[in-house]
Amino acid sequence: MTPLLEIRNLQAEIGGRKILNGLDLTVNAGEIHAIMGPNGAGKSTLSYVLAGKPGYEIIGGEVLFRGEDLLAMSPDERAAKGVFLAFQYPLEIPGVATVTFLRTAFNAQRRKRGQEELTSPDLLKRVREIARKLGIDAEMLRRPLNVGFSGGEKKRNETLQMALLEPLLCVLDETDSGLDIDALKIVANGVNQLRSSERGMIVITHYQRLLDYIVPDVVHVLSAGRIVRTGGKELALELEATGYAQYQNEAA
Amino acid sequence: MNAGIRPIRTQAELGLVDVYTTSRQGLPGGSDVAAVRAAAFNHFALAGLPHPRIEAWRYTDLRRLMRDAKPLAAPPDAEARAMAHDAGGVFAALGFRRLVILNGSFATDISDLADLEAGLTIRSMAEALALDEPLLSQGLGTTVPADDPALALNTALAGDGVVITVSPGATIERPVHLVFVNTGPTPAAMVTRSLVVVGGGARATFVETHEGRDQLDYQINTVLQLVVGDEAQVDHVKFTREGSVAIHVGTLLANIGARAKFNELGFIAGGAVVRNQLFVLLAGEGTEANLRGLSLLADRQHADSTLAVDHAVAGSQSREIFKAVVDDEARAVFQGKITVRPQAQKTDAKMMSRALLLSDRAEADCKPELEIFADDVQCGHGATTGTLDDQLKFYLMARGIPDKEAEALLIQAFAAEVVGAIEHEGVRDALMDATVAWLGQRG
Repeated sequence: MTPLLEIRNLQAEIGGRKILNGLDLTVNAGEIHAIMGPNGAGKSTLSYVLAGKPGYEIIGGEVLFRGEDLLAMSPDERAAKGVFLAFQYPLEIPGVATVTFLRTAFNAQRRKRGQEELTSPDLLKRVREIARKLGIDAEMLRRPLNVGFSGGEKKRNETLQMALLEPLLCVLDETDSGLDIDALKIVANGVNQLRSSERGMIVITHYQRLLDYIVPDVVHVLSAGRIVRTGGKELALELEATGYAQYQNEAA
Repeated sequence: MNAGIRPIRTQAELGLVDVYTTSRQGLPGGSDVAAVRAAAFNHFALAGLPHPRIEAWRYTDLRRLMRDAKPLAAPPDAEARAMAHDAGGVFAALGFRRLVILNGSFATDISDLADLEAGLTIRSMAEALALDEPLLSQGLGTTVPADDPALALNTALAGDGVVITVSPGATIERPVHLVFVNTGPTPAAMVTRSLVVVGGGARATFVETHEGRDQLDYQINTVLQLVVGDEAQVDHVKFTREGSVAIHVGTLLANIGARAKFNELGFIAGGAVVRNQLFVLLAGEGTEANLRGLSLLADRQHADSTLAVDHAVAGSQSREIFKAVVDDEARAVFQGKITVRPQAQKTDAKMMSRALLLSDRAEADCKPELEIFADDVQCGHGATTGTLDDQLKFYLMARGIPDKEAEALLIQAFAAEVVGAIEHEGVRDALMDATVAWLGQRG
């Protein structure tokens, strides 16, 4: 069977600085992969390269999403194909109401896939249902996107978008950063509800804490732009105890 | 030969002398008005058309942009009346009271003058001038002293317009829509002048639309003089979408009384050259003025919003926000000058201008000025010029929103800060729709 995501020998740089240095990773549908690593290992770069952020130059390797060349697609095409990046720092967009943004994104993806657009009332019903589960106030949906939201609200909003858009591959970039334990539980619960046999996830995190709540099938250690070790979920606990020092040495 | 320095006359300046000389006998008004016109034209003739060496016209060289003078428009015929039917369409669905100023003349027969609310009067400026009333013969009703060549030219040549009064204490629920339209068929100049006097404690909303034929080389010089009485509230929206090669010079002279509230928005979305100048005198204590502008420019359009706010007495507040979206090789200009006179203590004024450049060849010029003579005031200004935020655009695209749609959403958001502040929901929605329509044309 074709893997959901196949990254082969990926090398990427930004501003002439090489960040990803021959990264290999295969994620099958139904699997949750955690990627851990020290600061500067290339974790966020990997997430941005997968989502198609401009400014990164791919200097080698390839990324196949369900067998298709992901790197040849624009960010919106990737999203419509089913790639979703939950941002570490979701952006604030004054003047765009959250619900307008959700409707525009949802229907743009439907259009791209040749599906019928959803009417505003139908969409609003779906959004409200998801928002309720995530403890998001209906009033928040009318506010400009992420403007004046707390860190926890922003992450819940990312989870809401993910639940609404129903992607096939979820990339969660440091979803735990800036969250207290209660907010972390709510967000993790939202993510866990999206676990399914068709969906794969890459959970990027510096700390093991998040993985208590979103339990991975596989844990990778990323260092200096490549995967240096792969193991089961117990690897996360080991890292928590020993730290990343040995991997930093290994990379150097 | 005269030894004094004479400015070299351009073809347009020579043409204007001709237009004035041949038209002045036919212009409305008695001998008092004629004398005011003669003085104004002499004033204009000495200075000539505005050019960049006049500080207030630094970025709009009308002497260069105006290649020739057009004859004053002929009174509209039946064909013109028929063509004017759809004018002012941006606000058509809102049921406002339409007053049509067609090819420079107030066309009462196609205007809605039925069932005037108590306290509302509407007349033609030409008729009012013919009566030589003191209110109008004093500088044709000048409500704010302003020394400006375009205004002087208007005083000399103004033909028609409307004179509206609202009695003290009256609330006019139904907004009044001044529909300015030029149907051609030949290039002409429309010089119009209107006066709106709103009595103390009254409330009224006025919208203006200015439009005309694309590819028709016409010229507009329009003046609105406004008096807002003590404790009155007036909302005014001017929507300018002239034809593609037209030149539009518009002047607002607003005199605002004590504890009054004045909300102003200038929306510019069309015309080859548009100059919108506002002279706002906060003449009474405790006045609040919100002055806003939004220009949406493409191709080689040039739009200049120039603002002079005069805080003349103590305790008034003004907020100015002017934005421009500039595509292709268009150029947006904002000049904003706030004057705080010595006695105007406790003045609170904040001015902001923002330009969004959508192309490498687009240009925005911005010149804020504060002239403060009082010592206990809060005044500030800010200006930004930038491009669309790539990070925000990426965030939208990462959710599946295509490139152009993501840009449109961000531009709408940029515009919404200005348009969204309009109190009247119908006007607000109509202007957001106009913004979306403009974005649609970007392709």
